[in-house]
Amino acid sequence: MSKEITMKPIDTFASHGEVDPQAETHIEAKDFSLFYGDFEAVRKVSMKIPKKMVTAMIGPSGCGKSTLLRSINRMNDLIPSTSAAGEMIFDGHNIYAKNIDVVTLRARVGMVFQKPNVFPKSIFDNVAYGPRLQGMKNKQELSEIVEQSLRQAAIWDEVKDRLQANALGMSGGQQQRLCIARALAIKPEILLMDEPTSALDPKATALIEDLIGELRKQYTITIVTHNMQQAARVSDLTAFMYEGVLVEFGKTKQLFTNPDNPQTENYITGRFG
Amino acid sequence: MRLETRKLLDKAFSGLGIIAIAVMAMALLAILSPIIWRGSKAFVFKGTVEHRRVMLEQFDRGNPEKFNADYAEAVAARAPIYDMLEDFEKETTQLEESLSEKQEAKKNQSKEFRNKARAMKKEGGSDEKIAQLEAEENRLKDEAKALKEQIRALSETREEPFHELVDAVQDLFGPMPGQKKPVLIRQQYGQTRWDRTQVKLHEVLYEEEWDYSNADAMGILVTKPRVEKFRGTELEGFFHYLEENLEAMMKPKTTFYWQFITDTSKDSHIFGGIWPEVLGTIYLTLGAMIFAIPMGVIAAIYLCEYAKEGRVISFLRICISTLAGVPSIVFGLFGLAFFLNTIQVSDSKSVLAGSLTLSLLILPTIIRSSEEAILAVPRAYKEAALGLGAGRWHTVMTVILPASLPGILTGIVISMGRAAGETAPIIFTAAVSVGAPLKIWETLNQPTPALPWNIYNLCTEHEAVDEIRHVQYGMVFTLVAIVLLLNLAAILMRARISKKLRG
Repeated sequence: MSKEITMKPIDTFASHGEVDPQAETHIEAKDFSLFYGDFEAVRKVSMKIPKKMVTAMIGPSGCGKSTLLRSINRMNDLIPSTSAAGEMIFDGHNIYAKNIDVVTLRARVGMVFQKPNVFPKSIFDNVAYGPRLQGMKNKQELSEIVEQSLRQAAIWDEVKDRLQANALGMSGGQQQRLCIARALAIKPEILLMDEPTSALDPKATALIEDLIGELRKQYTITIVTHNMQQAARVSDLTAFMYEGVLVEFGKTKQLFTNPDNPQTENYITGRFG
Repeated sequence: MRLETRKLLDKAFSGLGIIAIAVMAMALLAILSPIIWRGSKAFVFKGTVEHRRVMLEQFDRGNPEKFNADYAEAVAARAPIYDMLEDFEKETTQLEESLSEKQEAKKNQSKEFRNKARAMKKEGGSDEKIAQLEAEENRLKDEAKALKEQIRALSETREEPFHELVDAVQDLFGPMPGQKKPVLIRQQYGQTRWDRTQVKLHEVLYEEEWDYSNADAMGILVTKPRVEKFRGTELEGFFHYLEENLEAMMKPKTTFYWQFITDTSKDSHIFGGIWPEVLGTIYLTLGAMIFAIPMGVIAAIYLCEYAKEGRVISFLRICISTLAGVPSIVFGLFGLAFFLNTIQVSDSKSVLAGSLTLSLLILPTIIRSSEEAILAVPRAYKEAALGLGAGRWHTVMTVILPASLPGILTGIVISMGRAAGETAPIIFTAAVSVGAPLKIWETLNQPTPALPWNIYNLCTEHEAVDEIRHVQYGMVFTLVAIVLLLNLAAILMRARISKKLRG
């Protein structure tokens, strides 16, 4: 990689400017709970995620932050015996209502997973997977959208000469950016990221974080992270969860410098978690 | 535990592992090498001039001019043998004729004496004279009787052994010159293989007798040189000549008979190859695959991706496992009872019914291996596809099936090997012991010979088991080769696809 990588100092906050208090709400959880069988993994969470901002979710392992994130595009449906209560409102509809088409929902809410999960296909086919599902067959259009997505994910220059190579031959960081490109290719409104850098080295992490900074201009991004510094670096808003309860949700800078809740303070100062 | 002990144990374990592998390899070799060795004799052997004659006359193969020259030499070498046999036969007839002439003469003489004696009685001749005449008559009668006895003895000592000998020679060389062409193809030719020729030569040279002299014990088989019976006759030199000149008469030559696989059989496997069996096996196997693959893979996809875990599904899984353990003969009987007798897919046994039965047999294997392959696909692939807005169907078709293809294919090819080798299910539903190669549309309503069944059939029910040993082993060899090739193909295919998937 020729590009010079500079890690931002740990205590830097996202310099995205002030959070607009009038920002439009994109997703709203109303007393939302999610159960794995009898276990209540998310407990009556109510929060408003604003449009075109980066919202981070932090908290110790098993606090329900991933579950909450995956509830937004109903990925939890894959796990048998899950059930939801309360409402999760997206675009004016409760996505847990019976008449919701999960497939369309997922096409509007892209997701990037913890481990890069590229398909064992060529780079081109990976990115074109989503558009093809939506019925796009024209080769010209497809290659345009692939290039655009790869450029957006800042990986175009690295792969433009080997689009037909198997995606599994790329490095972990490249694979993760390819996953981001793949998610962007379906032109989602929201991008969910479930610990997208936990399997990557610091260099690749820095690249992804820069990418998130770029993408926030067009997408609503929700990111789950174990890494508090990362949350501080990339997000506008931060939610702290503990044992399924949303403890505190607010502007990132405020939450990290002057938290309202003593539990939050204990966690971000490293006394537990 | 001390470090040394641990190291020692470690070494002991790896040693045991190596020994286990070595034992397995040896066992495999011990099983395979006789099959390969004896099976290869169906393809490469010393063929006699008779083999070339069969090839030319029955299969229209070989150069007729070259063969005719070759065959003429062999016939020339055989000529003295037939001359000797003819001479002997002539001499026997002459002997018989002269003896019966003598007997006739004595009979007539005795009749004369009797008539004389009667005439004298009427005329009232002297008693002394009459008695003299009667004595003369009786003497001549006895002499005639003795001659008759001699003729009878002649047929016992010369004719019977001679006929046995001629039969043995015909076995060896085929019909005698000038003889009417036999109906059975096997009797129209001599021995085609040098090893069989030598066995038949032994039968010409020696006769077998059962010795029952010890009444308390079982009879003992003794071989006696046939020459003993022909001491002092024209045939005394026959055996020696035959033994010395057998090669000139048969002209053995190392023969490569690759067409063994693609030739039809003549006169129930006495001559020719095993193409009907090979083709039948191919039909049955492919037919079983046509039914079993779609059913098996779809069932596996349903079980893994669509079915909700519950009592019905676990019951279904138990059923599938049980089905895998049902003895194959039970499948055969089921196929007979259901496909042939109940729904009557065809009027008689047929390839179709056999294929259906075989497909049921391998269905559990295919379902099981496909299920395992599908479950082994990383969850992440499924999540990624679903996260991109793919429905279940699309996820299965575009992500899960391609990723599980190596496993599914391996399962398919291994069950293909099983289908190719299964005997019991096709006994009642598809297999016959002799038949012509089928056309593809004939598979719907006609039975076929097939390798596994015919291997069994040839060694238990064939009328001339010893004559066709090489065919049996050739079949075993071919079947083993087919199965091994299929498995090899599975391994290669798997490696190739996994490599493609891995990038």
